[in-house]
Formats: sequence, structure tokens, C-alpha cells
Amino acid sequence: MHIIENGNVAAALGVMLCRVNVIAAYPITPQTPLTEKLSEYVESGEMKAEYIPVESEHSALAVCIAASSAGGRSFTATSANGLLYMHEQVQWAAGARLPIVMCVVNRAVGAPWNVWNDQQDSISQRDTGWIQIYCADHQQIIDSIIKAYWLAEKVSIPIMVCYDGYILSHTYMPFDVPDQKKVDDFLPPFNPDYALNPHEPANLNTVTLPDVRLDVRGELAHGYMEIRYLLHEEMRKSLTVAAEAEKRFVDIFGRGGDPYIEPYLCDDAEYVAVGLGSLTYQLRVCVDTLRKEGIKAGVMGIRFYRPFPDIALANALKGKKGVIVFEKALSYGYEGALVSDLKSALYEHLAGTGTLPVVQNIIAGIGGRKIRTEDLTQNLRTAIKGQVTYEPVWIGLEI
Amino acid sequence: MGTRNYRRKTSHSEPGPGDGGRTGSWRVERPVLNTSLCIPCKRKAEACFICWLLCPDVVISRTIPPTIDLEYCKGCGICAEECPTKAITMVDESAFSEENEGKE
Ligand code: SF4
Ligand code: SF4
Repeated sequence: MHIIENGNVAAALGVMLCRVNVIAAYPITPQTPLTEKLSEYVESGEMKAEYIPVESEHSALAVCIAASSAGGRSFTATSANGLLYMHEQVQWAAGARLPIVMCVVNRAVGAPWNVWNDQQDSISQRDTGWIQIYCADHQQIIDSIIKAYWLAEKVSIPIMVCYDGYILSHTYMPFDVPDQKKVDDFLPPFNPDYALNPHEPANLNTVTLPDVRLDVRGELAHGYMEIRYLLHEEMRKSLTVAAEAEKRFVDIFGRGGDPYIEPYLCDDAEYVAVGLGSLTYQLRVCVDTLRKEGIKAGVMGIRFYRPFPDIALANALKGKKGVIVFEKALSYGYEGALVSDLKSALYEHLAGTGTLPVVQNIIAGIGGRKIRTEDLTQNLRTAIKGQVTYEPVWIGLEI
Repeated sequence: MGTRNYRRKTSHSEPGPGDGGRTGSWRVERPVLNTSLCIPCKRKAEACFICWLLCPDVVISRTIPPTIDLEYCKGCGICAEECPTKAITMVDESAFSEENEGKE
């Protein structure tokens, strides 16, 4: 059924369709309408789930960790400082290999206090062991949540579904709400290997020594390092599992395609703009303008940021003259986190082949600073002319 | 043989000796039992066993005399603290260093 709604409602509908058992969240702008919507669904009986109100984001994720350990499908959502406040539990959920799905409605982090959009919040959680998916429109929000539960439960790794605050969370656009029956076909009930059970008592994630050990059954159990290695190894493998998820999704719902990247006019492009989230759709307008000027430009939206689709990106960008990476976040003291990751992937797969593109980093929209399409286009033109800078260029900076 | 085929991906321990690791290696003081003060030993009957009840590592046996599994006793001293007749004393591990020589 096609409806016109805002991005937070798209997320709430996705959560309801996934038959989530436990929701625990603490309201924070711009995520608030999402949690309000979910509490309405639960209160009215439309959704059969436990909605657990908590006093903080740290507790919200702790509740989800407990629910997931007990075999419940659980959901939370947050933004900005709320995400930072739950950081300890974010790391915990990944180490405990719990398939929790969390929406991160992207917002700038304090200080200074700011409620507008950028992506510093989720980017700063890059190394926590969560899969990160970035959405560019409402259809991607609702579809990504459904795919995320399937993938998370398949690989036992939690997933952040990230979408831009206001630009997506509060704007209205048409999207298709999938049929419940099809979602049920796609996503079977959560059935973990082990769920807390009084008849089979166990201590989960207690002190784990540096060395491996024989367990009570005399089997050689992992030490800390093996557990962490497995998280990394299975994160890498989840790229393949994500492709399987995407294929099943396309078969059942008839939309989707590439789980990692979303190219726009990239095949014959000499220059490609790269980014995460809604900005990549704005960049399509710039590329249309440049195409009219005879410049062969394209846009590459990255849907998966972790695990990083390095091979897919290197293949897609191989032989391009220039790659311009737009980011709404940065790794302070160096450059955007995405551009560093991308350069590393290009170097790894293309170095010495004569196909390495020139890479420019552009920072935009920090703390909600307006991103004018003409400015994006102009900065693309400058980079394409070969005026590449060592330091990232900041669009709209008035200093 | 590594841990590749272990049935869990996480830290998962079940009740039983050693599932928290070789906690005996943490010990700096060793509990030593004086049977002449221990109630069940004196009465030659099941009694007291407060040490058995309270040892957080469940390494004290409910036997006469109670025995302590030093492989996993972490040396916390709770048994010595709680014993009503002071039958258990904590002794610095260095006193046993000769006994430990040649061991890991
Ligand atoms: S608590 Fe003391 S007296 Fe009681 S059984 Fe243990 S050692 Fe003996
Ligand atoms: S109570 Fe502590 S010191 Fe006593 S036996 Fe148990 S672990 Fe060892």
C-alpha cells in the first residue's frame, strides 16, 4: 500500500511489520516521533509488543540486550548525544552478538548543543562492531529495517539503520508499506541458538580471560581474543549474507538490487561524487546539471558503511578520473572517516594498476548548516577541474 | 586444535568448576583449614558448612573435613571471614612457594 508519511513513521511501520517483541527507547529530537508512534501502536493493541519506558538511552539499550538475550526481537532508536550516552552498551550488544536493530536518526553532537542534522553521531560509533546501513529515502528506511532484522539474526550482529534527522525523519514523501504476509514470508520468527532459560542456566559475557580455557564439558572455549576475532570475521562475511538478504528481498518485494552501493549514472562517469544518506540524492541534481554541461559525472551512494564494501567500491570506482567524497562528519585531526576508508580500499585494490582515481574530501552540513545544491555543484566543478586540496574543503563555512 | 568449532560465539559459562577460567591463578592468599577447630570435624557429623554455602566459587566440598579445590579457589577469604570458629586462616601464597616450584 502506498502512503505519504514522514521518515519516522516509515521506521515505526517497519518495526511493527517485523513483529518486534520488545521496544525500549528514550525520546530525543529528532527521533522522538518514531518512539511516540511505536508507543501508540502498542497502546492501541495494533502492535503486540512490550514497550518499556526507560530513564535513559543507556537503559534503553540495556533493556534490548536483556530482551534479546532472552530470545526476544528487540528495537530501540536514538540520535546524537543519546547514542553517545549508550555507547558502552552499544559495544556490549556487539560483543554479546545480539541481533538488535536500532534506528539512528542522525543529528549533530554537543558541545555546543545543536539539534540539527549531520552524521557525526553514527560515524563516531563506526568501530563498535555494529553493522551500519544508511538510508537516502523513506522507502529505504522501511525496507532497510525489514532486511536488517533478517541479516542481524542470520549473522548475530546488531545493526544501526541510520537516516538523516529532519531531512528524512520529518519530511513527507510517498512510499510503499509492504504487506504483512510478505514480511512474514521474508522474516521468520527470531529463533536464537541460545536464549536465557532457567532450566539451562548460564552466565553470559562474564569475565573472559586472555587465554582459552576448558569449559565444564571439557571443550576448549574461546578466550576474549577469539570472541573478538569472530565478531570481525563474521562482520566481513556478513557482506555476503547481506547480498543473500537483498536477493530474497527482491524476489519477495520486487525492489532493491545492490545491498552495498547505489550508483547513479556511474557506468560512463569520469568523476563520481560519493556520500552517505540523503545527501547522495541531492548530489544527483548536481550531476544532472553537470551532465548538461557535458561533464561525465555520477553519484555513488554508500548503503553499507560497516562492514565496509571495499571490493564493490574499488570495482565501481576503478579507472575514474576523480572521486569526490562528501561527508557530514569527520575524524577530528585528520579528515572525513569515509574518505580515509575509501582511499584505503582504493589503494588496497587498485594501487599499481594505473586506475587509481584522484580523491577530494568535502565536508558539508555540519550542525545543520544549509547545503545549497549550487554550492555542491560548484565544488564538484572545482574538484573536477583538478583543483584538489590536501585538507578537506568545507562548504558554506563563513570564517 | 583451536576454538573454531566451539558451540558458542560468545563468552558463555555454565555452572561448574572452571567455567570462569582457572581462577586459582588469581590467589595471593590460600585458605588453610584447621580441623581441630572445624565444627563438623569435631562432631564427626554433618554440621555448619557455612564455608561451603558461602564460597562464591563453589570450591569447598560438603564433606568431613571440608576440602578446598585450589585449582579454582581465588583466595577471596570469604570462607575465613565467615567461619564461626575461625577454623580457616588465609596464609600468604609465598609460604607455599617451594611446593609450587616446578609447577606452572
Ligand atoms: S565454616 Fe568453619 S566450622 Fe563451618 S564447616 Fe567451614 S571450616 Fe568448618
Ligand atoms: S571462599 Fe574464597 S578463599 Fe575461601 S575457598 Fe572459596 S574462593 Fe577460596
